Order: sequence, then structure tokens, then C-alpha cells
Amino acid sequence: MWNYEKRLQYPVNIKNPNPKMAQLIISQFGGPDGELGASMRYLAQRYTMPYKECMATLTDIGTEELAHLEMICAIVYQLTKGMSMEELKASGFDKYYVDHTAALWPQAAGGIPFNACEFQSKGDVITDLMEDLAAEQKARTTYDNLLRLVKDPEVADPLRFLRAREIVHFQRFGETLRITQEHLDSRNFYIMNPEFDTGVKGGCGGQS
Amino acid sequence: MTAQNTPTRQQMLRWVDMVSFAVQEANLYLDTHPSDPAALAYFQEYSQLRRQALQDYAALYGPLTIDTARGCRAGWEWVNRPWPWEGGDC
Repeated sequence: MWNYEKRLQYPVNIKNPNPKMAQLIISQFGGPDGELGASMRYLAQRYTMPYKECMATLTDIGTEELAHLEMICAIVYQLTKGMSMEELKASGFDKYYVDHTAALWPQAAGGIPFNACEFQSKGDVITDLMEDLAAEQKARTTYDNLLRLVKDPEVADPLRFLRAREIVHFQRFGETLRITQEHLDSRNFYIMNPEFDTGVKGGCGGQS
Repeated sequence: MTAQNTPTRQQMLRWVDMVSFAVQEANLYLDTHPSDPAALAYFQEYSQLRRQALQDYAALYGPLTIDTARGCRAGWEWVNRPWPWEGGDC
């Protein structure tokens, strides 16, 4: 169950259209390390998680990612609102415009559509948390790359907020991984898969 | 925020954003530190401030959540008030 809150997590107020920048920033909507993939990754992984801290963290971070997705969409919307046909053509936005006009559609900066293959839900808590840690770092790098390209402070400000959230999430997932490892046999974390071998001693190798 | 000077929508929204961010941070921290007494107290304090801020905002500028929406005679404010992506400090 979800409820909508009618505000952005952090304000986005951009006065000057810049369709070229919109085409780059849209990658954090539907690109390989974007917010849509982040949210779907965490919200998909949580169901089979073996420990309550993992379920809570994935639910709450997965929910926050939806708020980030909304901020990215607000940035792209405001950067393309009121653009002229000349600006649209000169910026190279025309290729996107043909299929979507100025509407939001999840794709990477290079035009590749959003794809669920960009994330995993593997069903092994260590594997999935390692993926989540990497995902936060990949998203942070993407924001770093975007911030090198952005000159408008009204665009850079919300991107800096989003970049900082990736670092906080990385920290929380690190703690979740530590908690997970504390539940496991320190001599061999991989003796069984606690997300699958519920109540079974031994597990993967078939030993009791 | 004083009663004599009604805060602007932008000021009230910034306050909602600030206390909501504090609640969000405490929420994520408590997910991995569920017994930390300082974090629990921090959560309680900001959670109360957030509830109040959402009510105060709704009374002046319309609902941000469905729980603070009123079905009053003036009509359905939820649809008439601006949407957050519209900019201009909406």
C-alpha cells in the first residue's frame, strides 16, 4: 500500500529551459543506474528477505527512490517546458520529440529504453545486498558525471541533494549487510542461502 | 512562524520539507538501529513536528496528504491546488 504526498522531497524550481540537459538528466529516470530501476530493484527484492531489517530498509529506500524519480521527472519537465521548436531542433531533442513530444518516458541518455534487465532480484540476501551497494555507487557516479556537465545552479542544486542520498543509502545497505552476516555462520557465510533454505541446516551442499 | 504574520506557502512548504527530511533520515537509520534510544527520541520529536506542519499547511494552502484533505463545501482542494512538478515553488 502506498500513499501519495503532494510535494517533492526537495524543491525543483528551474526557470530556464534547456532541452539538451533534459536529454542527459532523463538517464536518472530510465537509464541503467536510474531511480526507476533502483526503486523496482529494492521493492522486488524485499519479499523473500530473511531478516526484518532487510525488509524494512528495502521497503523504505525503495519508496524514497520513487520520490527521487519524481524529482528527476520534475527537472526534465521544467527543462523542456516552453522550449521553442528552434531550441528543440538545435539541442537534438527532436529525436525524442518525435515519439514522446515533451512527455516523460523512461529511457537512458543514449536513447535506450528502460529495461528490467538493468537490475536483479536474485533471491540470495548477500548477492542482492551487494548489488544494492553497487547500485548506489553507480547512481552516485552518474550524478557526479551530470554535475560536471550542469552549469545552471537551479539544476545542480537538486542533483546534489540526490547525489547525497545515494551515499546515505549506501551506508544503510552496508549496515543491512553487516546485520545479515551477524545472523550467519562466520566460518562460512555461504554454507546455505538463508533466503531460500528456511529452517534447513546445511543447505546448498545438501549436507545436514 | 508567528500568528500575527501568516507564513507564505513557500515558507510553510520549506518547513514541511525540513521536518519530513528529518523523519525520513531517522526512519532509515532506525531500520538498521531499531533500539537506539537517541534516534527513537529524535524520531518522536520530528514526527510530531511533521504531523503539525502538515496540518498547518493544509489549513492555509490545501492538503499535501490525503489524511489532511477535507471534503469541504469549497470543493475538492486536492485537485485544484498546484502539483509539485509544476515549479514556481509549488
